[in-house]
Amino acid sequence: MEPASVRKHSLLSMIARNGGHGEHSPYFDGWKAYDRNPFHPTQNPDGVIQMGLAENQLSFDLIEEWIKNNPTASICTPDGVGKFKDVAIFQDYHGLPEFRQAIAKFMGRVRRGKATFDPDRIVMSGGATGASETLIFCLADRGDAFLVPSPYYPAFDRDLRWRTGVRLIPFACDSTNNFQVTLAQMESAYAKAIEANINVKGVILTNPSNPLGINLSKETLTSLLSFTFEKNLHMVCDEIYSATVFKSPAFTSIAEVMQETECNPDLVHIIYSLSKDMGLPGFRVGIIYSYNDQVVNCARKMSSFGLISSQSQHLLASMLSDEVFIEKFLEENSRRLGKRHSRVVEGLKQEGINCLEGNAGLFLWMDLRHLLKEPTPDAEMELWRVIIKDVKLNVSPGSSFHCPEPGFFRVCFANMDDHTVEVALQRIREFVSKGNKNGDDKKHWRKRDLRLSFTSRKCDESLISPRQIMSPHSPVPQSPLVRART
Amino acid sequence: MGYVSSNTKPLLSRKATNEGHAENCPYFDGWKAYDKDPFHPSQNPDGVIQMGLAEHQLCFDLVQEWLVSNPEASICTKKGVDKFRDIALFQDYHGLPAFRNAVAKFMGRVRGDKVKFDPDRIVMSGGATGAHEMITFCLADPGDAFLVPTPYYAGFDRDLCWRTEARLLPVVCHSSNNFKVTRKALEEAYAKAVEANISVKGLLLTNPSNPLGTILDRDTLREAMSFINEKNIHLICDEIYAATVFRQPDFISIAEIIEEDQEYNRNLVHIIYSLSKDMGFPGFRVGIVYSYNDAVVECGRRMSSFGLVSSQTQYLIASMLSDDQFIGKFLLESAERLETRHKNFTDGLHQVGIKCLNGNAGLFLWMDLRELLMESTVEAETALWRGIINEFKLNVSPGSSFHCSEPGWFRVCIANMNEETMKVALARIREFVRRNGDKLNRKEKCRQSDLRLRLSFRRMDDVLRSPCIMSPHSPIPQSPLVRTRT
Repeated sequence: MEPASVRKHSLLSMIARNGGHGEHSPYFDGWKAYDRNPFHPTQNPDGVIQMGLAENQLSFDLIEEWIKNNPTASICTPDGVGKFKDVAIFQDYHGLPEFRQAIAKFMGRVRRGKATFDPDRIVMSGGATGASETLIFCLADRGDAFLVPSPYYPAFDRDLRWRTGVRLIPFACDSTNNFQVTLAQMESAYAKAIEANINVKGVILTNPSNPLGINLSKETLTSLLSFTFEKNLHMVCDEIYSATVFKSPAFTSIAEVMQETECNPDLVHIIYSLSKDMGLPGFRVGIIYSYNDQVVNCARKMSSFGLISSQSQHLLASMLSDEVFIEKFLEENSRRLGKRHSRVVEGLKQEGINCLEGNAGLFLWMDLRHLLKEPTPDAEMELWRVIIKDVKLNVSPGSSFHCPEPGFFRVCFANMDDHTVEVALQRIREFVSKGNKNGDDKKHWRKRDLRLSFTSRKCDESLISPRQIMSPHSPVPQSPLVRART
Repeated sequence: MGYVSSNTKPLLSRKATNEGHAENCPYFDGWKAYDKDPFHPSQNPDGVIQMGLAEHQLCFDLVQEWLVSNPEASICTKKGVDKFRDIALFQDYHGLPAFRNAVAKFMGRVRGDKVKFDPDRIVMSGGATGAHEMITFCLADPGDAFLVPTPYYAGFDRDLCWRTEARLLPVVCHSSNNFKVTRKALEEAYAKAVEANISVKGLLLTNPSNPLGTILDRDTLREAMSFINEKNIHLICDEIYAATVFRQPDFISIAEIIEEDQEYNRNLVHIIYSLSKDMGFPGFRVGIVYSYNDAVVECGRRMSSFGLVSSQTQYLIASMLSDDQFIGKFLLESAERLETRHKNFTDGLHQVGIKCLNGNAGLFLWMDLRELLMESTVEAETALWRGIINEFKLNVSPGSSFHCSEPGWFRVCIANMNEETMKVALARIREFVRRNGDKLNRKEKCRQSDLRLRLSFRRMDDVLRSPCIMSPHSPIPQSPLVRTRT
């Protein structure tokens, strides 16, 4: 706690001065390495391949084709410019009615009609980032807490806590049962929190999971929903990867489970976005869908702080209500993700690297425990630095997702083309075979350690705690993020 | 109070259940009246004319012409679609470099190129609404206060105070000196705060002023600068109406003042900007925080993740604002049209003996109806206002909704309608004045209509609370806001 004299004379707020944005983290080494030396198939074939960005780049051709055939979806084409004025002046926080209707319909399609969504419960926000924060502002006061299974998306630490002052209480899932969330774990975490006199307001589930790339089963969701009902806790489900499911088991939304299980709808809320399912993170389409009328009302008023550009609302209203296109997109997108996933899993397996059996998401949960010097977070960080510096792949270490078991890495695979995938696999092949050639893997790492520990001393100095997040945005001032499309 | 759960803990947050959104207020009568019965020149010529919405609708023809001639500015035209992917993926919170460059250049142009803006200090936000909240989160802790001269934009109560828990303290300005912001008033407000043990973090100026439609002169700006330097508090200048200045004297930005004296502490100065008023694009949610304080730029940029500008819109705006020729023509034409519209209205009002504050900017007039008040009270003002809505079908905004200390002033928006509608509005005002006769008669008539009003609005009086704000967005669930373009 800062002394009163510091607070009094400080020009900035406490929020501005604390590390709540989570960017003072050693994981930026990976970003920096990438930004300084980004891979390009012809211009820089030895550069770092970005595998730390969960983007869906596999289906843009479908969208681009649709755009060419639907000029009225834009307010800038000759066919659409007649709507420019009406759309440019539209700032009603209810959102364009056709936008809300299209989103509601799309969400229902993604859930294969197992649940339908009411357009009047659709509330806009500044991306999923804004949606998560706004929802927490509605549900909790400063000091209140939410339970969250780990490993979890690192930026939750910023999105849910920074300006809200709310706490996150992670409860660990582990490899002994394939990182499944269990009721027993949640109950235990809840009991511990209550004992410590913490005011738990709810739970946050990400389904499909980032970083694991798996769904929650219907049974699990049902038991967790019942638990939250029993304890009168909010159930917040982040379903932003729902359309990235490419293999069975099929996705089960909390919206479906609610229909079949006793619950209090006032406690159930869904976070959605088009950033992952459609691959449109730049458009900042965040959605809060709450079954609680008062939350809808309040969140809508708060949405003024981050409404979706009416230009983008207009475009997406048109696109998402084209049922023929959406049907084709969802199917083809799934197929491509599945194919890409298989290729990478197969390529890794050939090198003796296993991944968690995943069926969703834009990433794999890769198991490199066998390559660790010892099962510690430090060893994981060392291995990670080797992967960045020597193998030139920017993957994300499990500790950045608060994974308590060292040795797991999230590897994004949907943000690149086929050629780049092969280059990445080739690099892994070479890396593993070098390790094998040198006989004892552990001895090999130790030699590398010395070299690393000298060069990375500067990075270690910036290490605050292992529990830091990695920003999804490039922190580097002149980010070549725009150029680095591979 | 919000819902109470079975174990007596509140279900929702305090913010969700308090009045911080500032929308529960009788002034929605005006909006409701308008929404139920919106004016249309042919379909509903007796409907309510919307004069409570500060929108700039006078120059869309210029923008539309530009769009048709510049198809590459859109990622949805044939010429622009090859950029779709890169733009749709771009979520870097630094913003598109081209966007930042274009906004910085535009801001300079609007200020007659008397000052230059650094693109690296341009930080995005969710409209000016998001910008205000964001800068407050950066500068103030819960309970900290900002001084703000009255009358001021009603939305500040929500934007600066709701989720941030900061406070606004009025600096009362009077018509006796045309609502000038005096050093004396600043010192008084500051002293009052200190006495009440309230920590003042800054001063918020809106220049040009909403609702006054006037600009701050150089002396006032210098006094404000000297005041904040002396007290070591921040100066936030909301300059969102900068390009709506249509007549001498020229607009003077705080950016000019800051260069006048090297002794000024630049770390205290921040500008809020937006394209909602100057360009007429409120739907696009282009908010900007421009700070001279590096730490604020850094923190603000991180916070901007909660409300980035859609990359689709950034791309369009970057193209439009960097077209020097178009912008030169637009700014000139916009000022001319605003001046003509302003003159038509003030002349029309003058002809029937209604005075306005002598303004040279903004999208509104500050109309003086003090002589028509039965007595100089807020109640009398409210009664008169209800008369204007219900009998004359003009939704103007009463001064008390802007925290004006003197009853009898009304803000009348004039740039959100075409010429035909303007003529109808003026005719109704003439009729209003005719019916209200001379001063004595006026008082008698108001008393009579007052009784009638009291009866018909007893229900509304039940919800009358202290002077509240009027939301710029329609609060009505099925808002016909989209359809009602006049």
